[in-house]
Amino acid sequence: MSQKQIAGTTVDVNVEGYLTNHAQWNRDVAAALAKELGIELTEAHWKVLDFIDRDFKEKGVVPGMRRMNKVGGILTKDLYALFPDGPIKKAALIAGYPKPASCV
Amino acid sequence: MSDKISKVSIIVSRGSLDGIYPGLIMANGARMEGIEANLFFTFFGLYGILKNYNSKIKIATVGNPAMRVPNAKGFPLPTILGAIPGMSAFATSMMNKEMEKLDIPPVPEFLEMIHDAGGKIYACKATVDMFHLTQDDFCAQVDKVLTVGEFYELSAGAQIIFT
Repeated sequence: MSQKQIAGTTVDVNVEGYLTNHAQWNRDVAAALAKELGIELTEAHWKVLDFIDRDFKEKGVVPGMRRMNKVGGILTKDLYALFPDGPIKKAALIAGYPKPASCV
Repeated sequence: MSDKISKVSIIVSRGSLDGIYPGLIMANGARMEGIEANLFFTFFGLYGILKNYNSKIKIATVGNPAMRVPNAKGFPLPTILGAIPGMSAFATSMMNKEMEKLDIPPVPEFLEMIHDAGGKIYACKATVDMFHLTQDDFCAQVDKVLTVGEFYELSAGAQIIFT
């Protein structure tokens, strides 16, 4: 566990860079985390991030691909286009949640 | 630490539920990690991409010594009971229910997910000829029928995984 200065605030992160305290997250932090991954957040990105946020608060886990499709109404193709090379991992990191622990 | 895996070619050679799903899960998991993925279906594994059959993939209740009832920690299922008509369908429906709970999609939907994720799906030419199949028999996500030579060609730089 270490600390990191980002978007004018201090956040606790684990070795892989995932936030360990969601209370320290805000939309500016998200934008800065995204920038580090080479992603400029748009409205389409926020639709995904907001769904992860809602779903995590309800279920306590980061939603998998199928839940993104069926419940979030987000297409697989779009998710890969918005967050290339590891869509859910990257989206979860930017949303300030833990690395997904599911196989699918 | 050695280099990160950047590409996998996964061969699916068996047509039972436990023959097909591991390959699909590994291919989808590869894409989720940003790893390039090719799926190659051969022999009875080909049933995983035959559009009229791939929604009816079943688990074998005969010749499966690890099969237990009523759940994974229950009693071993005697071969003779496994042979009762409907047993395989019953075991399959139980397992499908468990998979549904984990959001593991049915085979046709899983192929679509992998395809939309940029995974490539191929059929083995030798089997296609042997089973007298044509492109029309396959689901829409199948990219191409390949010879083994072409498979090796497109697997350049990949880890090859046989399931």
